[in-house]
Amino acid sequence: MSSKQKLLLGAIVVAAALGYLIYGGIREAAVYYITPTELKEKGTSAADRSFRLGGVVVPGSITWEPKTIQLAFRLTDGKEQVEVRHIGSPPDLFKEGAGAIVEGRYAGANLFVASTILAKHSEEYRPPQEGQVQAKELYRSLIKPREASR
Amino acid sequence: MISTLGRFSLMLALGIALYGAFASVLGARRNRPALIESGRSAAFVVLGLASFAVLLMEAALVGRDFSIRYVARNGSLGTPLFYTIIALWGALEGSILLWIWILALMTVLAVVIEGRRNRELMPYATATLLSISAFFLFLAAFPANPFAPLFPPPADGRGPNPLLQNHPLMAIPPPCLYAGYVGWSVPYAFAMAAMIKGRLGGEWIRTVRRWSIVAWGFLTVGIILGGWWSYEVLGWGGYWAWDPVENASLLPWLTGTAFLHSVMIQERRQMLKVWNLALIITTFALTIFGTFLTRSGILSSVHAFSESTIGPLFLVFIGVILFVSFGLLVYRSDGLKAEGDIDSLVSRESAFLMNNLMLLGFAFAVFLGTLFPLLSEAVRGVKVSVGEPFFNKVNVPIGLVLIFLMGVGPLIAWRRASFESLRRNFSIPLLMAFLVTGLTSFLGVRELYPLLAFGLGVFAAATVIQEFFRGVRTRRRITGEAYLVAVSNLTRRSRRRYGGLIVHLGVVLVVIGITASTVFKLEKEVTLQRGESLRLGRYQVRFDDLAGWHEPHRFVVEGTFTVFNANRKVAEMRPSKRFYPSEQQPIGTVDVRSTPREDLYLILSSFTRDGASATLKMMIRPLVMWIWIGGAVMALGALVAIWPDRRVVATEVSKERVAWQAGRS
Repeated sequence: MSSKQKLLLGAIVVAAALGYLIYGGIREAAVYYITPTELKEKGTSAADRSFRLGGVVVPGSITWEPKTIQLAFRLTDGKEQVEVRHIGSPPDLFKEGAGAIVEGRYAGANLFVASTILAKHSEEYRPPQEGQVQAKELYRSLIKPREASR
Repeated sequence: MISTLGRFSLMLALGIALYGAFASVLGARRNRPALIESGRSAAFVVLGLASFAVLLMEAALVGRDFSIRYVARNGSLGTPLFYTIIALWGALEGSILLWIWILALMTVLAVVIEGRRNRELMPYATATLLSISAFFLFLAAFPANPFAPLFPPPADGRGPNPLLQNHPLMAIPPPCLYAGYVGWSVPYAFAMAAMIKGRLGGEWIRTVRRWSIVAWGFLTVGIILGGWWSYEVLGWGGYWAWDPVENASLLPWLTGTAFLHSVMIQERRQMLKVWNLALIITTFALTIFGTFLTRSGILSSVHAFSESTIGPLFLVFIGVILFVSFGLLVYRSDGLKAEGDIDSLVSRESAFLMNNLMLLGFAFAVFLGTLFPLLSEAVRGVKVSVGEPFFNKVNVPIGLVLIFLMGVGPLIAWRRASFESLRRNFSIPLLMAFLVTGLTSFLGVRELYPLLAFGLGVFAAATVIQEFFRGVRTRRRITGEAYLVAVSNLTRRSRRRYGGLIVHLGVVLVVIGITASTVFKLEKEVTLQRGESLRLGRYQVRFDDLAGWHEPHRFVVEGTFTVFNANRKVAEMRPSKRFYPSEQQPIGTVDVRSTPREDLYLILSSFTRDGASATLKMMIRPLVMWIWIGGAVMALGALVAIWPDRRVVATEVSKERVAWQAGRS
């Protein structure tokens, strides 16, 4: 076998190894996007599997326990609601009525245990709606003001 | 006024770019020097008009002319001057304007620097560059017009996205990345010229060497600084998330790196001609693809700040580039026969081939992983993402092989390496690698990949240091120079080689920083009452105070934490949350204390409204700083490699050659 053939053979072997690596990686790491309705439809067959669950945070459903840093809320797609629990603070852009994607495991019984919460950030400007308090007003009234000179 | 003038100058530039491209080609075909000359002048006029447009935009931004939509959206009365100026690249339309300006500048530089040496190729290269300019000018003049008016003008603008005005670092990565992206246009233009003219030898390769290193250097700096920005501003404690926009910048970097290595084989052995052309076409197409990913919004990303409808135009443009370029390549394939051949598997040629295969495999995995959600939705109708686990699983082993090759490639002999030369070059580095691997495993590292990363990193670094050391020793023996003089002279005699070795050293630093900061990361999140402490690693962090105040353009809530290391106070850290008027939600601002040994990273996650308690996320990430230092070393290496050669006295050259060869054996 000439060097050139050997080289070609080597390249094919390496390329095949790379292909196998990529194929295996995709099979193992693939995570399905799913909506609360789809999750409900899957029922028990979805239990203990990993997903990315996307939806809107149900207004009034957020409970946040600073002591134990436990966060709980419900995600909805308009039809079904799924209970989500997470250890850790809510991300900055996370709020009621806003979109969120959570990554984690479906524990069954309508409970999703999230390891990551991705709040959707939007560049588009929305003027404050009527009756909505400006965030800064909210906090200014609640924290003792300090000299701005610092 | 500004609106009309700005748009007019862009449209005029578009017309002139098209004319220049046409005139250059016609002039070269019909052999009319006057036409070629006028094509060349067109490049200068386009630069003039583009500069004028950029200045107009800056004038509008700084003058707060809210009758221009871009200014109303990205500037405001309360925005500080610095962030007002850099708002030029805060959103889509301005970014395209900046892109146009950089491309026009590169075109003029290419014409001035390369024009005399490449009389035959230059007109076609100019035409290619002006055609690319024309595409972007078309975007700016029509669908993404930065000067679009807004009527009636609002009293105040919205201001830049808070994430973009939270840190001065925002000023650098985008222009750097654009220069990196745009820079690849020049090598691509010369490749096209070479194919059109059928001059497929070493000529175009020699011309584009420096240009590709420049583009590569900017891209490197842009990627590293982008990671730094992510680390300092986005506040999740990491620097790389395999996010689509990050991947988009990595793709041309990978294929470009492959190109920088494989051209050496063509220069030396006249092989891989088709391969090199294909690589440069791919790299250029990927830079356009990267812009498309960043700006089209087809994939959600933390770095993408704009969505628009120009996506399809980019796809059409990429299609045209690929069709025309690869069509030409096939048409010219007869003239691209290799003149050399591989002699042995144990040779520098085969090490470089392997390196290319690995880099392309890496790039393919990144490409596939990034587009997988789109592909699976199109093919199977389900949305599937592969995320970080996929990239880590696939790319870490490929990366490790690349680090190994990085140690082998520069020292192994061309054609056929004898056993004796292998022993001479690699026995010390291998020994060092084994020692370090043993030591790290003794210190408690048990997983395979980190052990390999440290071991191979040391192996690659040792080959570089050994190479410098041997060169210097030989010089000193012959000339009796001092160490530093010898290092500088050694480097100066063979800039590209030693610049490349310095880059390799930088890569090793980056790899070690990434490995250590990932494997030895410590993390904890708790809610503290005032006066309470949290302990993590060597550190103890006490929550002292929480306060809020007004600044002109925002409201800030800041926590004060005292950091103790073994009962000794080492720092006071102030992570905060900032509330911008245009946003309903706060932007977290982290506080990072960096030392060469480790970073302490504090995030104020949340707080109670009476200020009595705060939830703090604390992270310790070892050796993070070495990633940024490694990036700087890589940039330095690139700079060394492209530094213009001074006139060299003939006798010194010959003397030098002897020394250099003796040093390398």
